[in-house]
Amino acid sequence: MQISTLLDIALGAILVNNFIFIQFLGICPFMGVSKKMDTATGMGFAVIFVMGLASAICYPVNVLLVKLNLEYMQTVAFILVIAALVQFVEMFLKKSIPSLYEALGVYLPLITTNCAVLGVVLLNVQNDYNFIESVVYGITGGVGFLLAIVLFASIRERLEFAEPPKSFEGFPIALVTAGLMALSFMGFSGLSIPW
Amino acid sequence: MNFGKQLKEGLLTQNPVLVQLLGMCSTLAITTSISNGIGMGVAVIIILTLSNIFISLLRKIIPNQVRIAAFIVVIAGFVTMVDLLLQAYFQDLAESLGVFIPLIVVNCIILGRAESFASKNGVLASAVDGVCQGLGYTAVLLVMSAIREFLGSGALAGIQIFPAEYGANMLVLPVGGFLVLGCLIALMQWALNKSGKGGK
Repeated sequence: MQISTLLDIALGAILVNNFIFIQFLGICPFMGVSKKMDTATGMGFAVIFVMGLASAICYPVNVLLVKLNLEYMQTVAFILVIAALVQFVEMFLKKSIPSLYEALGVYLPLITTNCAVLGVVLLNVQNDYNFIESVVYGITGGVGFLLAIVLFASIRERLEFAEPPKSFEGFPIALVTAGLMALSFMGFSGLSIPW
Repeated sequence: MNFGKQLKEGLLTQNPVLVQLLGMCSTLAITTSISNGIGMGVAVIIILTLSNIFISLLRKIIPNQVRIAAFIVVIAGFVTMVDLLLQAYFQDLAESLGVFIPLIVVNCIILGRAESFASKNGVLASAVDGVCQGLGYTAVLLVMSAIREFLGSGALAGIQIFPAEYGANMLVLPVGGFLVLGCLIALMQWALNKSGKGGK
């Protein structure tokens, strides 16, 4: 286990293979809650939290499944773990850290159906990451999501004052904006740590 | 029961992707070639129809508080079946769709229809709804993948029409997905606005 491989994973997850712009995971919440800066930030932090936790918990679950020769149950097992996890996190935060719970608000339950969370868990299995690598990939994937949604929300707040053609108003112009951002994120492709 | 009306809603006025704006991730990610588009579309039609039938059968048994979890388990079961079938009989397709097959579980279209239609309506109506909404989704996938494959790599369903060097490579990359979908939704808004005004 080297620090450099971990840094490589982190760099890949945040910039080179950004979950939103390159891998197309988690587009629904990305489009849905990016109208205002503060809600976007809240969603971003909630996603980091849940993605890291889900990666950590699904790793032993997967080891267990492989041991029992039940690999084909992965999808079912993972989505159940994630749904339970989100529910649990919600109850825990409500009881012990109400201020954070208030801040995340309605975004927590929405995360269950965020494909980035299930996606990161499945990718961990596909890439044969070990426990630490999985957790790093989960957390940095979430950081990439936060970066994307915060940048996008700040552009979208300005879009409010622009006057696109009538048919493009609202959603289509947002998609075109996201396309241009994806174009700029392609500039990171091939970036890697030089050792 | 009105099959024609449900079909029209699924394909046009209530199109899951273009009007309800659901299921964006897979729509953007896998529409790089027509074969991918058709494969994904058929997989979603099958899963959506089966899960709609099943959920509508179970709708009186499932307690209200745990309904979302129950829906997800039903959907995940069908997705696993389709995933295994694809891996067994259509290996190439399974490989090029990759992680997006298991991700059908969290495709908002399926959960959305389960919640808003199948849990309130009878078995037959739910099955028809599943087929119609699935067709609407497939239609969008087909149009998008045709545009991206043709303009991006000069081919249509794998048949080379003009040399690939002349294609706008950008359209096959992620950027193209966002741009094409944005333009399609704009077209849809324009058409709906126009027909709305014409009706009045």
